[in-house]
Amino acid sequence: MEAIKSLINFLSYPQWSFTLSLVLFWLAMRSKLLWTKAGGWVLLALITLFFGLAMLDPNFFVVVAKPDNVPIVMMVYLVGFFWWFAMHKAHENDRRIADGEPTFEKSESEDRIFTWPDLVFSEFICMVLLTVGMVLWSILLKAPLEEPANTSVAPNPSKAPWYFLGLQEMLVYFDPWMAGVVLPGLIIVGLMAIPYIDTNKKGNGYYTLKERRTEIWLFMFGFLILWCELIVIGTFLRGPNWNFFGPFEYWDVNKVEPLVNVDLSELIWIQILGVGLPSNFLLREIFGIVFTGFYFLVLPVILIKNKFVNRFYQDMGPTRYYVGMTLFLTMMLMPIKMYLRWFLNLKYFVHIQEFFLNL
Amino acid sequence: MSDTPEETKPEQTAQASESSPAQPAAAAKAPAAKTAPPAKSAVADAEVSRRGFFSWAAVAWVGFTAAAGGCLTAWGRFMFPNVLYEPPTSFKVGPISEFPVDTVDERFVESNGVWIVNEGGRIYAIIAICTHLGCPPNWLEAQNKFKCPCHGSGYYRNGINFEGPTPRPLERAAVSVDPDDGQILVDKAQKFLWERGQWDDPSAFLIA
Repeated sequence: MEAIKSLINFLSYPQWSFTLSLVLFWLAMRSKLLWTKAGGWVLLALITLFFGLAMLDPNFFVVVAKPDNVPIVMMVYLVGFFWWFAMHKAHENDRRIADGEPTFEKSESEDRIFTWPDLVFSEFICMVLLTVGMVLWSILLKAPLEEPANTSVAPNPSKAPWYFLGLQEMLVYFDPWMAGVVLPGLIIVGLMAIPYIDTNKKGNGYYTLKERRTEIWLFMFGFLILWCELIVIGTFLRGPNWNFFGPFEYWDVNKVEPLVNVDLSELIWIQILGVGLPSNFLLREIFGIVFTGFYFLVLPVILIKNKFVNRFYQDMGPTRYYVGMTLFLTMMLMPIKMYLRWFLNLKYFVHIQEFFLNL
Repeated sequence: MSDTPEETKPEQTAQASESSPAQPAAAAKAPAAKTAPPAKSAVADAEVSRRGFFSWAAVAWVGFTAAAGGCLTAWGRFMFPNVLYEPPTSFKVGPISEFPVDTVDERFVESNGVWIVNEGGRIYAIIAICTHLGCPPNWLEAQNKFKCPCHGSGYYRNGINFEGPTPRPLERAAVSVDPDDGQILVDKAQKFLWERGQWDDPSAFLIA
């Protein structure tokens, strides 16, 4: 048991757990078995078994049983359920479409369903259930109140509300201005822009995976990996001093983790070329600037040559393609910077302290 | 727009405006106030002349500006309260002899938000606000570093950032020796920033 725990602790370190979750995501999205009813039950049983067994560990119990963290356990189950539900329906519809049958939604009603009673009544039931749930929650779990606030004392670790933990995790890898203002703004604007970028009518009003494979992969990657998983990491794996801790590891305030950062300029000028940093900041940051320019300006053009991407370019047209591609590349900066931090301790590509311009 | 027959359709409005200049106001008003007879509202509207309208608009505009200005003044006054329930920015921390070489004094962090650091005989006051997003970091004696609990920014004993997301070193406050009692006087209102090369300023440190 201890061996399993220390293995899980080891695998929880972000460079491995993140990689593992990418592989699992890939496997899950390609799997057919997982999205059958039996697959769903097995998945539910496995998650519950894991939580049940893990709760026997005192270190795990302390973190998971905190009233603050109840929503995240709920989130794991809810996101899992809705993911399974959508994929289950999508596979069912894909089979029906392949067999020339009407989709699940079409067979339910040919023309339309009514707001009243079909929609409003379901909403009413949801409202009653949610109210009951909230009342029970507020009675059963104590509010996590602490001592009176003091501006010179922060709890260690200091965590954002659970739904912002993805953003807090992002703040670890980017300049505060990028991670706090630019990227959250782009997330919101980008989500609003999706219907204008992706004008493909397929999948409107019915579940499908086959007809919208790339789009669903992209969205689920952003939502499940870059949002939900970061919330789970922030909740369960970030301990005192914002260090990483395995789920069964004691949250030791004095845990020593050497994390001395380097910038790309220092990495190349000092460690690779063996000369000092040039005093001119443009020359100093030239590699980062070239990389950023290549990434955002040249890469989208090069990618058009790729057969797979070219299909989207043809469908979307240049404007939609470039806007969509820029948003996609910005999203991908997150995992890129995370990996570079974990493996090279890289801090910024471009670090122009003179103008507070950091990427 | 609903499809009720009493309401005026846009085409009808256009026709009405051709026939008489008083009509369009009534036609435009009709959908909003269904119950009011159109003729009466037309008379009421006709009483407001163009010149009259502008003088009323001027009164309204002056009133609005005055009210907004009043609110702004009250808000400005609110920014300068009569009583401040916060520690003074300038305070005494004791004589130089109380700060031995190579120590980080934590006595004034909770009350005033500064560490008094003696680094090889050079005494300075580090302001306990993380330069990343403003959380108060902790001093970890065993690891010889300041570490922020919010996003994991780490600083050496002298305040230079070396780990985590923070973009610049911790700031320092002005220190001086009070000529009356020889105590160190810390003034947080005056800050010294490393990236501006201010740490060698004579007010930024004391020689023990």
